[in-house]
Amino acid sequence: MAQASTAVPEQYNYDIVRKFAVMALFWAIVGMSVGVWLALELAYPHFNLNIPYITFGRLRPVHTSGVIFGFGVNALFATSYYIVQRTCQARLSSDFLANFTFYGWQAVLFIGLISYTLGYTQSHEYAEFEWPIDLLIAVVWLAYVWVYFQTLMRRSQPHIYVANWFYMAYILATLLLHVFNNLSIPISMFSMKSYSLFSGVQDAMTQWWYGHNAVGFILTAAFLGMMYYFVPKQAGRPVYSYRLSIIHFWALIFLYMWVGAHHLHWTALPDWTSTLAATFSVMLLLPSWGGMINGIMTLSGAWHKLRTDPIVLFMITSLSFYGMSTFEGPLLALKSVNALSHYTDWTIGHVHSGALGWVALITFGSFYHMVPRLWSTKLYSTRLVYVHFFLATIGIVLYITAMWVAGIGQGLMWRAFDQYGNLAYSFIESVVFLHKPYVVRFIGGLFFLSGMWVMVFNMWATIRQGRREAAELEAKVAAKMARA
Amino acid sequence: MKHESLEINAGLLALFVLVVISIGGLVEIVPLFYLPGTIEKVAGVHPYTPLELRGRDIYQREGCFYCHSQMVRPFRNELLRYGHYSLAAESEYDHPFLWGSKRTGPDLARVGGKYSNEWLTIHLIDPRSVVPQSIMPDFPWLATTDLEYSDIQERMEALKEAGVPYTDTEKGYQANVKRFGPKLAEQFNIPDAEKNLIAQAEQGNYDGNPKRLTEMDAVVAYLQVLGTMVDFSKYNQGYFAKFR
Repeated sequence: MAQASTAVPEQYNYDIVRKFAVMALFWAIVGMSVGVWLALELAYPHFNLNIPYITFGRLRPVHTSGVIFGFGVNALFATSYYIVQRTCQARLSSDFLANFTFYGWQAVLFIGLISYTLGYTQSHEYAEFEWPIDLLIAVVWLAYVWVYFQTLMRRSQPHIYVANWFYMAYILATLLLHVFNNLSIPISMFSMKSYSLFSGVQDAMTQWWYGHNAVGFILTAAFLGMMYYFVPKQAGRPVYSYRLSIIHFWALIFLYMWVGAHHLHWTALPDWTSTLAATFSVMLLLPSWGGMINGIMTLSGAWHKLRTDPIVLFMITSLSFYGMSTFEGPLLALKSVNALSHYTDWTIGHVHSGALGWVALITFGSFYHMVPRLWSTKLYSTRLVYVHFFLATIGIVLYITAMWVAGIGQGLMWRAFDQYGNLAYSFIESVVFLHKPYVVRFIGGLFFLSGMWVMVFNMWATIRQGRREAAELEAKVAAKMARA
Repeated sequence: MKHESLEINAGLLALFVLVVISIGGLVEIVPLFYLPGTIEKVAGVHPYTPLELRGRDIYQREGCFYCHSQMVRPFRNELLRYGHYSLAAESEYDHPFLWGSKRTGPDLARVGGKYSNEWLTIHLIDPRSVVPQSIMPDFPWLATTDLEYSDIQERMEALKEAGVPYTDTEKGYQANVKRFGPKLAEQFNIPDAEKNLIAQAEQGNYDGNPKRLTEMDAVVAYLQVLGTMVDFSKYNQGYFAKFR
């Protein structure tokens, strides 16, 4: 970046953080736009347009990978590199490897998302990338592990700050999950196509062990790491309870790994596995709420900031959504509830209350805090942060209520009997029922996406302002030098 | 040991994290590979023929599993709507499994034989011409794209590596004859794959167009075999319960 080129090497490598932050915003727009389009396709199937590349089945992974690996993981790269440097008071161990993770990860996303539209998929949800891309991911991730650990080793603080534990768990777990869930046999060295090494019930179990822990470690643990740094920073208060953070960290990472099988209740998976998963899912409520309480209570003594600081508003709202969706999760993991909810849009609503409410909102709050600091300036507009907040919140509420209606309604219709003991509804009647909730969901998505655009504008204006100020400063210094 | 020793030692912290996150997966996944009751003992389940396999590839490519599950659950309403609940054995040769997680459309685990080839073809080309309220996308290109099958042997070889009993030896063939009968065993011979694929498509004429071997032929052939392998009338009601 311009201001770094003339100055002495920065104390921290912010250049890499800036790049990842900008790309996180880029992929957020891409992933969410595709999501809104998919919502439109479901409400009005003509929007599939008879184009193979954008039919629902090929576009869905573009949305899910776009938001999880594009928006989410880029934001995690940015914040983890930012936090590890600041809390360890050490520069990233290798600029080269850090850059490698950046370009490697963007390559994964560009190649991967295009390959989806061409129909290349392993058909493992959230692990659809075919084997060559999986190999690239593994290499990039190993570089990430290396950079991150070497930086931790260089810390000038004796203690490793709690945010880093969560990031560490996320980095290690993601490697483990990625490797085992993507074991597959390519049909040839020159073909993208492969077949999963495992089949049937074992493949299903491995996939949902992966699938739920992509949620548990990427979308939860890592974003808790984000929370543990940015919430105390923005609130200007220390973390509420250090002891609680220790307990809930270990409990969270231990319990999460057991719960994947709740995605397979009542399937051909043996009952013992799914019972175990249900039990652990209920237990998981405790460490989840431990994190929520620790985050929200960090604001104690500074509650007035909710009235004056929209960034704090973002953060506290995200923690509230986190609390709500981690209550809904164990509820859906109960076998009796799952019998109704599984295969319906209730699951989709649940995912989005977590993904939009928790993951996206905590990221927005963190970015509004971090981005101005990366470009040594102030936020361009606080008012626009409020606008974004309300657009996003209205969007989420429309989305999840529409999906509750759709999911519960659908589930009840499937199991309804008439007075003679016959099925009360044909399947297509449950599809017809979905139309209105699907339209509302589309509108909710539009709200959320327009909020995203407001943020992108605000960030762009902030960065431009930061660059101008840096250029002015440089000109002043140069003028002084010329006089001297 | 005090927790502080983990907080000041990155290597130790990483080691503890690795141990703690490994336990759940080890306990829940590893036993599924050797516990005897995991996969039911049942006759009839067999690998896909070359044509069905290509159909399955296309089913995967188009992302059908995002909206159609292939896993009937053991509830009365699902019994009435779809048939007997799905067995683990029925997806024994499914690399990957395609149980799905969402039913925007109906479950397809037992769709085989329920509709005619003609209906399935028309429905795939233009779903709303037969089900006006359907929200499924049209897949007209399936009927107009020639099926690519030059790499069918490579595909079967890869699946063989993964444990599917496709074979290229006389010994393997004889074993398949014992397990699946001579007619099916023939289909699982890798060197004869192209021949078998073309023959099945010609004989089945799945897309109603005998002149061309299209992707539609393969997809319909695949759909028609789903859920038809096990003859449930041969087993009494309590039999499968003991495997759950």
